[in-house]
Amino acid sequence: MKEELFVSGRNIPNIDPYLNIWHWQIPLYLFLGGLAAGILFFAGFYVVRGKEKQMQATVKWAPIIAPIALVLGLFALFLDLKHKLFFWQLYTTVRLESPMSWGAWTLMIISPLAFIWVASYMKELVPGWNWKFSLLEQFEAWVIKNRQYFAWAMMIYAIILGVYTGILLSAFNARPLWNTSILGPLFLVSGFSTGLATIIWISKDEKERKKLSRIDLIFIIIELFLITHLFMGFKAGSETAIEAANLFLGGPFTVSFWVFVVILGLIFPAVLETLEIWGFHVPKWLPPVMILIGGLMFRFIMVEAGQITRYLY
Amino acid sequence: MRYAMAIDTKKCVGCGDCVVACQTENNVPHGYCRDWIVESVDGTYPSISLEFRSERCNHCDNSPCVRCCPTGASHIEEGGIVTVTHHKCIGCGACIQSCPYDARYSHPDGYVDKCTFCLHRVQKGQNPACVDVCPTRCLHFGDLDDPNSDVSLAIKDRKWKVLAPEAGTKPQLYFLT
Repeated sequence: MKEELFVSGRNIPNIDPYLNIWHWQIPLYLFLGGLAAGILFFAGFYVVRGKEKQMQATVKWAPIIAPIALVLGLFALFLDLKHKLFFWQLYTTVRLESPMSWGAWTLMIISPLAFIWVASYMKELVPGWNWKFSLLEQFEAWVIKNRQYFAWAMMIYAIILGVYTGILLSAFNARPLWNTSILGPLFLVSGFSTGLATIIWISKDEKERKKLSRIDLIFIIIELFLITHLFMGFKAGSETAIEAANLFLGGPFTVSFWVFVVILGLIFPAVLETLEIWGFHVPKWLPPVMILIGGLMFRFIMVEAGQITRYLY
Repeated sequence: MRYAMAIDTKKCVGCGDCVVACQTENNVPHGYCRDWIVESVDGTYPSISLEFRSERCNHCDNSPCVRCCPTGASHIEEGGIVTVTHHKCIGCGACIQSCPYDARYSHPDGYVDKCTFCLHRVQKGQNPACVDVCPTRCLHFGDLDDPNSDVSLAIKDRKWKVLAPEAGTKPQLYFLT
């Protein structure tokens, strides 16, 4: 038996709870970032494929949510900072080794892209819209002319943003639950799935929804596959990794993860989407809402549980 | 130059003087600390062993906190001492998450704070406050590159360990066992 006690300095209320430094702001931001990445990727994707006409909601309507989600997410990030007035220090340097630096710069690029994308469709979204200033009209014309390039840039940056939401966590080797490279693709796929769910919820076109549901199904299956691999990796890993996995396999996060994230947030909506594709009547809002809640819970659980895991020496 | 510290776990009695000295020297806000003492009890009665460790930032050679800092506030000073530039720190908490030793904390003023090996004293040729105050002389500080420094002599003929070497951080606190 080995027992370790902090006899001085530690275990006092002002310090140790504060090591658990990330609260609701970070998972909320990871969720909104992934959601925006998903929406923007598919908007760009269908423009590149030349399917603007068939995919109205994907290309024109859903992207309105992306800049809103990004702004809310950035605001949550700002709330998380403890030295708020110095946030601009993020933009005084590029640090290639720091995922957070990557993220700050990616957001700096993709947020304006999202706003420009929505603005370039304003005339179609709001009949009779005009920009009042000729400079803005010229800019709009230039964007519309170069929309293909914008679509490509948005797709690439959406992938970087989606992967980054996972890499942000996986870069910390002191937190064994996070310290696995599979978190990048897992968060990317999960973010794209929540993005697709949002578009499916908005879309009024039966054909578009069915098409997106099929893609979403593939993403959900990949996500389940990656989650399986995540736990296989942990179980085959070192003691710290096994301890991290045990939080979800009998530990305090077992029910919340497997019931709310995996069953209600992935498997159940996947079944409903399949039924919908086969022609059964399923309430239109139900699968997207379940996927969105599942995605949000997934991030809350990962951030919360990750901060419990640590090296014991 | 490579500053390091050796902690003689056979001599440490866990009095906590190093903790108080650090709080006084560095104006650590009330209720916080940059160093702390762990009492580790191993075995079952009657075959039982006790170890006291005065712990602080390990000033790692491969420091994850410096790597993940998005603004460069966490950086490495002369002799490998890891410090935080207060006016560059945005308080994002990434370094707190990245430290396997939980050696950093969020200062009430917003920035992240930690042990500096008393850099301001070391630059004047003095020892860190905790080393000077230790009543059992169980803390040894100095330059590892200098074979005659206090720390080099302390680890020369003794068995020692570092904490969580599997984390790959190359820590620079040597615990004499």
